[in-house]
Amino acid sequence: MRRILAILLENEPGSLSRIVGLFSQRAFNIESLTVAPTEDQSLSRITITTRGDDRVLEQIVKQVNKLIDVIKITDLTDREHVEREILLIKVLAMNEKSRSEVKRITDIFRGSIIDIGKQVYTIQMTGDDKKISAFMKTLANETEIIESVRSGTVGIARGEKALRV
Amino acid sequence: MATQTFTGAEMVVKALSALKVKYVFGYPGGSVLDIYDAIFQQEDVEHILVRHEQAATHMADGFSRATGEVGYVLATSGPGATNCVTGIATAYMDSIPMVVLAGQVPTSLIGDDAFQETDIVGCSRPIVKHSFNCRDLAEIPNVIAKAHYIAKSGRPGPVVVELPKDILIPQNKAPFNIETDVKLRSYNPTKKGHPKQIKKAITAITEAKRLVVYSGGGIVLADASEQLTRLVETLNAPCTNTLMGLGGISGVHKNFIGMLGMHGSLEANKAMANADVILALGARFDDRVTNNVKKFCPDAKIVHVDIDPTSISKTINAHIPVVGLIDIVLEQLQEELENINFVPDSSSNEQWWQQINEWRSLGSFSYQQNNDKIKPQKVIETVYEITNGEAYLCSDVGQHQMFAAQYYPFAKPRQWINSGGLGTMGFGLPAAMGVKLAFPDSHVVCITGDGSIQMNIQELSTCLQYQLPVVIVSLNNRSLGMVRQWQDMIYGGRHSSSYMESLPDFVKLAESYGHVGIQINQLSELDEKLSEAFSIKNRLVFVDILVDELEHVYPMQIKQGAIDEMWLKKGVKA
Repeated sequence: MRRILAILLENEPGSLSRIVGLFSQRAFNIESLTVAPTEDQSLSRITITTRGDDRVLEQIVKQVNKLIDVIKITDLTDREHVEREILLIKVLAMNEKSRSEVKRITDIFRGSIIDIGKQVYTIQMTGDDKKISAFMKTLANETEIIESVRSGTVGIARGEKALRV
Repeated sequence: MATQTFTGAEMVVKALSALKVKYVFGYPGGSVLDIYDAIFQQEDVEHILVRHEQAATHMADGFSRATGEVGYVLATSGPGATNCVTGIATAYMDSIPMVVLAGQVPTSLIGDDAFQETDIVGCSRPIVKHSFNCRDLAEIPNVIAKAHYIAKSGRPGPVVVELPKDILIPQNKAPFNIETDVKLRSYNPTKKGHPKQIKKAITAITEAKRLVVYSGGGIVLADASEQLTRLVETLNAPCTNTLMGLGGISGVHKNFIGMLGMHGSLEANKAMANADVILALGARFDDRVTNNVKKFCPDAKIVHVDIDPTSISKTINAHIPVVGLIDIVLEQLQEELENINFVPDSSSNEQWWQQINEWRSLGSFSYQQNNDKIKPQKVIETVYEITNGEAYLCSDVGQHQMFAAQYYPFAKPRQWINSGGLGTMGFGLPAAMGVKLAFPDSHVVCITGDGSIQMNIQELSTCLQYQLPVVIVSLNNRSLGMVRQWQDMIYGGRHSSSYMESLPDFVKLAESYGHVGIQINQLSELDEKLSEAFSIKNRLVFVDILVDELEHVYPMQIKQGAIDEMWLKKGVKA
């Protein structure tokens, strides 16, 4: 099943490569990975989405925790949490019909058109990965997708629960 | 008064000295010449010059396995560093504390494919506990202190420290500050076992009717042999050791039922298969122990104590996991048992031992010595007698390794030194050299074969330079014995590349390196000539023993079978 993991680690050179290396070395898969420094510049926060049964997930969590740079790891999957991903997508918008259709779909999904070219629209959309996939599928039915980029999922627990030092 | 300043190279050596490091094993080269110059000008840290960097890592490793101290390696950038990779992996697989100081090209050239540039931190990432790219001269002492602490604490392992040349050169200086009491916010290994888990463990082991204590290398690494023996005696439980755990309990202790696993004793594997509770201590249910995990000990409740949570429930699900330092957890368990004045239930305990003794009576470690060819097992037994069971045995990898594990009962931990996890041929000789350096007055034996010894034979030269008179006992069967055994058993006897043609004359070879060479090819002279070899104290003796080339290692687990499904000898199943 799909899992979402949040990792807090030292913001040191090579920290990320240890995480990525661990996943490939131990044949765990990565569906998406995002990383950036936190409000405390000495720390980085990673969100990884992966797939595996309970046994694999237990190993992933333990193995990641074992890395010296890792301060904490938590599995957000089974607790109340929020996850978001950002999509930037460039689609063909050649004529009045396709332009209005793209605009309509974007509005329905609460995205926004952030750039307009002679024949293209660039759209920004935020949501969980299911919403983004649905949006892309709907767009693809109406027009041609020129280019797209997804940020990968970021996640945070709801309520008082926090991942911090 | 102005603060005294030092070069990076001087700081490296001062840091080692502050950490009470006595020896560093290595090989010089362009990027580390400043460190060599600093070593030359002091006396606290002695450098041992090997003939190949791989041997430096194994020598540091052997030194560490025998003493419990951190082994230090110094290598230059590029090929010097990459030559260390096998030795780092060997240490990693067996959890040996080691620090590898690797040179690097100057920071300004990193990434330019400069001469002798390799990303050694990248190369070694999957096989280290941790690594450091040191980029600031002033940080050198504390980086080394951290590396030392990480290597040694928790589950030990190798740590690589990369030192670019520009922070070592005489032009750059800084004050020397070192904090040897290291604290890291991201690394705090557990010490005590959780009291709730200890209680659960106690319930399981005191209610057991057929308990087996299965202990591994963790006992040796934690020097917890006394605590283990006490616990085993309190429980009057049978105790089996892994290949890495041999000596954890004395090999002649009445509760010891032999090594378990692929070439373990039948009684050990049978006891595991029939146990109702397995108390695993510092062992990791390696595939060479479990055989087919799907058939592994179906009726056993498993209590697993280990310092590394990733070892727990990795291959075999643990019913009661206990994370903690093994010596401390053993004391916790002992205390609980004493609190309840535990005495094993005599009827179930007796029945269990009766059953084990029946398996034992089948004598799974046995061989037939006829009058002609020398059996390799006989050699090990003879070495045992001559050395009174007190030698350090440093093994290479292959049949001789298994024979040594089976036929030399180790009285103490750290006496048996072998590459169990990675199975590195070429490990034996340099490891023995590291041990001999630490214990010059003890018998230090390198058990090897005609295949393994040639993987680091150049170290005979190092042995002469540093007066390291180890006794090399080579079970020469003119072939890669273990490969050949598998080819006999699994590949229809097709000996593809397992035959060693063109072997050197090992006696002359030893002599050309300035040592003593002895060849033994008659059974009648085995005792006398081996005794002679061990009587020579101040010179290395290479004993080349021509053994029966057709001998196989038995017993042997049947592939994909349960832990106790074994071949006892050719064509005979247990």
